[in-house]
Amino acid sequence: MARAFTPKVITANHLLEGDVIYMTDTGEWTRELCNAVLLTDEADADLRLLEAQQQVDEVVGVYLADAKTDDNGNPTPTHFREEFRRTGPSNYFHGKQAEA
Amino acid sequence: MYQYNDFDSAFLAERNVQFRAQVARRIDGSLTEDEFKPLRLMNGLYLQLHAYMLRVAIPYGTLSSAQMDKLALLAEKWDKGYGHFTTRQNIQYNWPKLNDVPDMLDALAEVNLHAIQTSGNTIRNVTADHFAGAAADEVADPRPVAELIRQWSTDHPEFQALPRKFKIAVSGAIENDRAVIKAHDIGLYIVKNDAGEIGYQIVVGGGLGRTPMIGKTLKEFVKQEDLLSYLEATVSVWNLLGRRDNKYKARIKITVHEHGIEEIRQRVEDRFQLIRPTFGGFDVELLKEIETFFANPTFKSASTDTYTAAYDADPLFRSWADANLATHKNADYSIVTISLKKHGDTPGDASADQMRAMAELARLYGHDELRISHEQNVILPHVHKSDLPAIYAALKEHELHTANIGLISDIIACPGMDYCALATARSIPVAQQIATRFDELKLEHEIGHLQIKISGCINACGHHHVGHIGILGLDRAGVENYQITLGGDATNSAAVGQRVGPGFAYDEIVPAIERTVQGYLELREDENETFIQTFNRVGMAPFKAFIYPEAQANAA
Repeated sequence: MARAFTPKVITANHLLEGDVIYMTDTGEWTRELCNAVLLTDEADADLRLLEAQQQVDEVVGVYLADAKTDDNGNPTPTHFREEFRRTGPSNYFHGKQAEA
Repeated sequence: MYQYNDFDSAFLAERNVQFRAQVARRIDGSLTEDEFKPLRLMNGLYLQLHAYMLRVAIPYGTLSSAQMDKLALLAEKWDKGYGHFTTRQNIQYNWPKLNDVPDMLDALAEVNLHAIQTSGNTIRNVTADHFAGAAADEVADPRPVAELIRQWSTDHPEFQALPRKFKIAVSGAIENDRAVIKAHDIGLYIVKNDAGEIGYQIVVGGGLGRTPMIGKTLKEFVKQEDLLSYLEATVSVWNLLGRRDNKYKARIKITVHEHGIEEIRQRVEDRFQLIRPTFGGFDVELLKEIETFFANPTFKSASTDTYTAAYDADPLFRSWADANLATHKNADYSIVTISLKKHGDTPGDASADQMRAMAELARLYGHDELRISHEQNVILPHVHKSDLPAIYAALKEHELHTANIGLISDIIACPGMDYCALATARSIPVAQQIATRFDELKLEHEIGHLQIKISGCINACGHHHVGHIGILGLDRAGVENYQITLGGDATNSAAVGQRVGPGFAYDEIVPAIERTVQGYLELREDENETFIQTFNRVGMAPFKAFIYPEAQANAA
C-alpha cells in the first residue's frame, strides 16, 4: 500500500548564488522557508514540482521536501537535514542564519 | 618544487577559457544542469547544501608560499575568509558564487594551481607522504613520481570516464606509512631491491567507503622504467573489468575482491607486456627532469643553541616541540607540523590571515615550502632548529600553536552535514566537542597517541574505518546517530576498525568516547602502551564493558 502523502515544500538551490530557495504560493522563489507554500495535496505538489523543474535557468536540483506547520502557521522542516538547509552550518554563523 | 613549463601553462589557460565559456552557456540557458554538471565536476565545482563548493587540488600536498598566499586571497575575495583543508590534501571553499568561479580558477592558474580532476570518475589528485623530502626514514622523495603520475593522469584520454573515481597515493617510507597507502585504489611504496635499485611496491584495491578493504600487494617490485606502463595497465584492466552496473561495486577494490588478486595480477601483466613497448623511455626521461625540481634546499649550518635554551626554559614551547616536531633527515633541522586543530575549532580550517602567516613563516624560515597532510594540518618540512622559537612565537600570535599532533584532539573530520549534500549526520561539532572536553579534562598528553577519525556518512571521507577510534554519523529514523569502531589502523599495519555495538545519539557520543578513553587508561599496562596497542592486546570485550556500562550491569 502506498504511503500516505505528507505535506511538502518545493525547494532547490539558486543557480548563481547556490543558496537554498523555496517556492511561494504564487510560483516565485523565496530565500526564507516561512514564505514558502506548504503543499498538502499530492497531485498539486507533483504538478508544481514539474513547473518548478522547468525553470532551469534560475534553479538547480528542485525537489519536494517534507515540512509541517509551525505555531505561527508557517512551514517548518520535519528532518534535521532541511533544518540545516534553512539555517546554515552549526560551526560558523554563516549562511541563512547570518542573513536573516 | 615542480615549475610549469609552457605546455602546462597553455593547457591550464585553455581549460580555464573552456570552463568560463561553459559557465556562461549554463547561465544563458544554452546548457541544462544535466549537461553542465559533469563539466563543472571535472573542474572541481560541486553544489553542496548551502552553496557551491570549489575543491582545489594541492598536488601531493605540496605548496609554495606564493601558492598559499593565493589560497588566502581566494578565501578572502570570493569566500567567507577561510578555507577547509581536506583528507585528500586538497582545499575546499564552501561559499563561492557560480559567476566568480572562472575568476577563481584564473587566479589559481597564476600560481600553477587548478581544480582539474578533483571530482568525477577520473584519477584524482595524487597524494603523498606529507613529510616527503624531509623525513629521515624515507627511501626516496615520493614527490617526483607523484608529479609524474599527475602529468600522466591529467586529461589522460583513456581514463576520463572510469567506472568510478580512482585515488593513488605514494610513500617513500614503507616502515612508517604516513599516507594511508593501503586504503587507496593504488598505493605505491618506494622500495629498494637487493641490488640497491629504486623501484615500487604496488598495492591495489584498498579503499574505505561502504565496503572498506585493505589493499593487497599486486607486485613486490616494479622497476622505475616500468612504473607508468604498469600503472596504465592496472587502470586499463579495471576500466574494462570494473562494474558499471552498480556504483557501489564499481571501485577497483570490488573488482579485485570479485576476481581475486591472482587473476587481476595476470591480466595486468598481460596488458603491461602489450603496452610496455609503446612508452619508449620518454617517461624515464621525464622523471629525471622532474627530479631536478625536487632537489634538497640548501640547508644552512648554524648553532642550535637557541632551540635548546628555549626548550629548557619554556614549558609551553617544550610541550609544543614534543608534540609537533618530527625528525628531519638533517640533524640540525626539524619537520614542523602546524596544528589546524585548536580545541573547539573546525578541524582543517584556516583563515586567510592564518594562511598568510604560514606562508610568511615558510618564506622566512622554511625554504619556501609547505605541505598539507591528509590529517588536515599544515607542515613546514624544513626548519632549522634555531628558528623554532621564532616560529612558535609567530604561530602563537595567530592561534596556530596548539600542541596536539597525534593526540586525541588532532581529529580528522569530514565536513559532514554542516556542508555536504551526501552527509547523513554532522561531524564537525562532534570533533569540536571531543577536543574541548579532553582539553578541559587536561588528559590529552596523559592519553598519548590516539587517532580519532569522524565521517558524517558511509562514504568515509573522514577515514573513520582506520581511526584507532572511528566515529560514523548516520541518520537513524530522522535522528543523528553515531557508531563507534575501535582498532582501525592507517599505517603499514593497516586494519579496519571493528564496530563496538549499538550507536549513540548526538548528545551521547562524546560521553561514550570519554568512557572509551577512560577504559583505555584503566586497561593499559603502563603509560608507554598506546591506545591501539592496548586494544590489540585486550580486544573488544573489555572496552565494550566501559562503553556500555548499563548492558554490563544488566548482565551482572
